[in-house]
Amino acid sequence: MKIKKTSFDAIMLSFGGVLLALFLAQPVFALSDAYKDNIYNPGMLKPIDSKVKVKVGQKAPDFTLPDIAGGKIALSQYRGKKNVVLSFVPAAWTPVCSDQWPGYNIVRDMFDAHDSVLLGVTVDNIPTLFSWTNQMGKLWFPVLSDFYPHGKVAQQYGILRTDGVAERAIFIIDKKGIIRYIDVHDINQRPSLEVLITELGKLK
Amino acid sequence: MIKIKCGTSIMLMLVIILGGSMGWTASLPVVGGVLPDLSPNFSLPKPNDGVVIIEIFSMYCPYCQKEAPNVNKLYDKIQASPNLKSKIRLVGIGVGNSAYEVDVFRKKYSVRFPLYSDGDFKIHQKLGEPRTPYFIGVKINLDGSHRIFYSKLGEFGDVDAFLAEMVRLSGIK
Repeated sequence: MKIKKTSFDAIMLSFGGVLLALFLAQPVFALSDAYKDNIYNPGMLKPIDSKVKVKVGQKAPDFTLPDIAGGKIALSQYRGKKNVVLSFVPAAWTPVCSDQWPGYNIVRDMFDAHDSVLLGVTVDNIPTLFSWTNQMGKLWFPVLSDFYPHGKVAQQYGILRTDGVAERAIFIIDKKGIIRYIDVHDINQRPSLEVLITELGKLK
Repeated sequence: MIKIKCGTSIMLMLVIILGGSMGWTASLPVVGGVLPDLSPNFSLPKPNDGVVIIEIFSMYCPYCQKEAPNVNKLYDKIQASPNLKSKIRLVGIGVGNSAYEVDVFRKKYSVRFPLYSDGDFKIHQKLGEPRTPYFIGVKINLDGSHRIFYSKLGEFGDVDAFLAEMVRLSGIK
């Protein structure tokens, strides 16, 4: 009896060993591809990790941030001229499945049709944003760096996460400077383009 | 006595921990293998002794955007050949793209071949989460079976060379 049990147990232990070996070898079998080497995967994150400080109907806090073209952009410069879509994304060089900007890059006509500009913002520094957005092709919209003071604008809007990146958030601000739409989105998901365009359509 | 129970419990713990962490993810399409069931959002054509070339793309993927004109060229080349036109079908699946977003891509690049929407990433997951653009060549047989003869990430380069490769690898005449 004892011998039978021991053999079974030994087999189970060996099986466990094989399983462990396979698990450790896993990266070898994982797909390797040209683009993956540059992308850091933080895994699934807490969907929202901040408390938004602004409301629809409120005046959007003004700010001035440097852009990757070497200039500075102030939110107030669009007052009376254009609606503004503020698109905050968490960080450069993170998983592409939720990447938004390359998609917005091919629908400039939709923004124009609604008399809107798009401002892309992250908390990364200018050189990082420059390299990262270069991969997207030529972008038609300004890309702003909320790097120093770190995440100051994200903080003003209440969308700075506890680990220092911004939420994946969209604010639509009309020509009067009033916030008309807020979407602090699940950071792991990409907001719907259709919803964004529909909301732009509601502006007069 | 402790030794006897130990091995089995260790194995069970490993199964639970490792199994959970590996998440049992699907693998990429394998040449020589078959596609998983991708319904309801996509299914292979009926048995026809032909080929389907599937482009896995995303409206949000700058590489797919850049490659779109070349893929259109591939489509045009196929359509221009009376022989290949009846044997090779080209389709695209927009992973993580809603029908609206697929439509944006279709209009922007004047895509004339069918594009499907995989809005909830289910197809993407079943295919092992390929990055994009990813091309899969499938040979469909008259008995309804099929075989993957091409499965690669990235742009396919020269249209004529790629088309010749599709013909060669699939075995169609």
